[in-house]
Amino acid sequence: MNAAAPFRDPAIARRLLDEIGRTMTRPWTIMEICGGQTYAILHHGLDQLLPPGLELVHGPGCPVCVTPIDFIDKAISLARRPDVIVTTFGDMMRVPGTAANLLSVKSEGADVRIVYSPLDALDLARHNRDKKIIFLAIGFETTAPNSALAVAQARKEDLANFSMLVSHMLVPPAMRVLLGSPMNQVQAFLAAGHVCAVTGWKPYQALAEEFRVPIVVTGFESVDLLRGILQVLRQLEAGAARVENAYERIVKPEGNRLALAQIEEVYEVCDRTWRGLGTLPQSGWRLRPDYAAYDADKIYTFDTSSSEENSECISGLILRGVKKPPQCPAFSVRCTPQHPLGAPMVSSEGACAAYYLHHNGVSHER
Amino acid sequence: MSDERIPETWNGAAPQATPQTVHMSHGSGGRLMHTLITSLFQSHFANPFLDALDDGAVLPALPGRLAFTTDSYVVDPIFFPGGNIGDLAVNGTVNDLCMCGAVPLYLSAGFILEEGLALTDLEEIVASMAEAAKKAGVHIVTGDTKVVEKGKADRLFINTAGIGTIAVQHPMGSRHLQPGDAVLLSGPVGDHGIAVLSQRKNLGFSSSITSDTAALNELTAALYKTRGEAVHAMRDPTRGGLAAVLNEFAGASAVSIQLEETAIPVRPEVRTACELLGLDPLYIANEGKMVVIVAEPASMEALDILRQHPLGREAEYIGRVCSGNPGLVSMHTELGGWRIIDQPMGELLPRIC
Repeated sequence: MNAAAPFRDPAIARRLLDEIGRTMTRPWTIMEICGGQTYAILHHGLDQLLPPGLELVHGPGCPVCVTPIDFIDKAISLARRPDVIVTTFGDMMRVPGTAANLLSVKSEGADVRIVYSPLDALDLARHNRDKKIIFLAIGFETTAPNSALAVAQARKEDLANFSMLVSHMLVPPAMRVLLGSPMNQVQAFLAAGHVCAVTGWKPYQALAEEFRVPIVVTGFESVDLLRGILQVLRQLEAGAARVENAYERIVKPEGNRLALAQIEEVYEVCDRTWRGLGTLPQSGWRLRPDYAAYDADKIYTFDTSSSEENSECISGLILRGVKKPPQCPAFSVRCTPQHPLGAPMVSSEGACAAYYLHHNGVSHER
Repeated sequence: MSDERIPETWNGAAPQATPQTVHMSHGSGGRLMHTLITSLFQSHFANPFLDALDDGAVLPALPGRLAFTTDSYVVDPIFFPGGNIGDLAVNGTVNDLCMCGAVPLYLSAGFILEEGLALTDLEEIVASMAEAAKKAGVHIVTGDTKVVEKGKADRLFINTAGIGTIAVQHPMGSRHLQPGDAVLLSGPVGDHGIAVLSQRKNLGFSSSITSDTAALNELTAALYKTRGEAVHAMRDPTRGGLAAVLNEFAGASAVSIQLEETAIPVRPEVRTACELLGLDPLYIANEGKMVVIVAEPASMEALDILRQHPLGREAEYIGRVCSGNPGLVSMHTELGGWRIIDQPMGELLPRIC
């Protein structure tokens, strides 16, 4: 990647901002689905540069934010077993479970290790045959191909000490729930570019038609985001409701066939509980019965009857775009990245953490 | 005491027992420990204060006020592109003294060695400490060695403490920032942290980035000499990076700091690595950079002084100290927006220093 690339060019960004200003004739509310987009918008200060009346609300696309609390509790109970090494993406470490988080159980002696890829967990399994290596397979359509590859490889190598605790999520069913809610204020979507790189954008066509909303597949750089916003605005102003692709350099209509085949081999669609949103039908992937020997949910038994969210956290409203983080009474007072009450304050892609880090409610005057 | 009939090398090599690794007896106070001290530490660090080999170094009286600092080094891995734990341990403590406005003079070195550490590794590390000390013009005058059983430490840890004489007379430090001051940075940020990260086995990426570990004493000396009175604070942005230092400064002086995104130098390969790993270069450790807060009228001259030295060639004027919003560090983005640069949050990174 190159700082001078056209998708980062400030001159192009400024031209797009001007064009957005000229195109908009009335207020609109747009949701960016992906936490990576939320982060980039705040990181570049785009929210302050867009015309007043253009409301960007932040969607549920932050993997650790939507991972349900009983999943964290399960991961913690696995980590406490002396024969287990839990491997995870770093973001998961501070996500609060009911009574602890992975960071705190690690400090008590549990073996929890941060990996950047599930294939690293596989490597750990190869070199620690006396330990059970469990990978926390979370995230959306973007992370599923990798975890699918890892578990398929584990089966090929007969790595009996490797398993995964799976909570993969699918984006389109969550969008359907948001659009169907009586509280919905979202008039258009910036779809998550990386998700569409795997699935293609066809799964979004039914949503655009059924709910009459424009959906534009959008990337993560400043120019990508502004292009996505401009295309959405043009549709809104014209009363159109199509799926468009503003991230052609990465996203093909059919997605990534290899990745989809890998997912298909390993996973099947299931109902999934989302933190803050409840159980959504057909909104996740779980391991197929063929892979039961690698499914931590099948290998171990858990008691999650006492799993409970912090009652003060309004993550459900945040993740649905009904409220913005500063509207939460606990925001930056009792809930900070150092002491998060809920998951959106943990990951840099979480809307609350992104707001806390980049704005913290302060206005800037030069 | 050594047995005079058996010719010895520094690792106590006798024909019948040749330890290639650190043994518990290297820390036991006996023969192996003695030879380790005389043939390794003393021979590399050689100076009149150490050569007495008493329980402590006896030093000549020093004029004026003194600066005294200590730091422990636990970096993993102990060898990384551009350096090792040894030169890091010397440069880090030398730099801490420099940032207090001191001329560094004497260092102590305490070693905690894990049983099984290769003696060749130890020698390489000690040799780079000696070289770093020579370069920075300091003497390692006293030390200590302990050996712990395998598994009780991670290869080796080093503690260094240092003493220096204060070269500036005016009050200087994190509480002395004034609105209007210029914020200077001596070069690109993020090199050290990314160089260390790139060596982690499980990251699976290699890069051409090398650590910036270096002693900054010549750079600070040049500043004191010409515009010393205009320097209000200096700090080397190690753990927590540039963001941590500026937040600490802004908080301690109850001022705000405004940065210009386009002015902050970051090497393209560091930026790319940060993007791959989801990190922000402003939060990544450096081991040979410094932030200088200087009175605005002296800022251009100070920048020139920095740029005249090889370690400051890429120095930049990166921002300003402002009144209002005490404790706030913010950045004017390339596109013209604003964002806050908050305190780092106890990052989940491996040990980097």
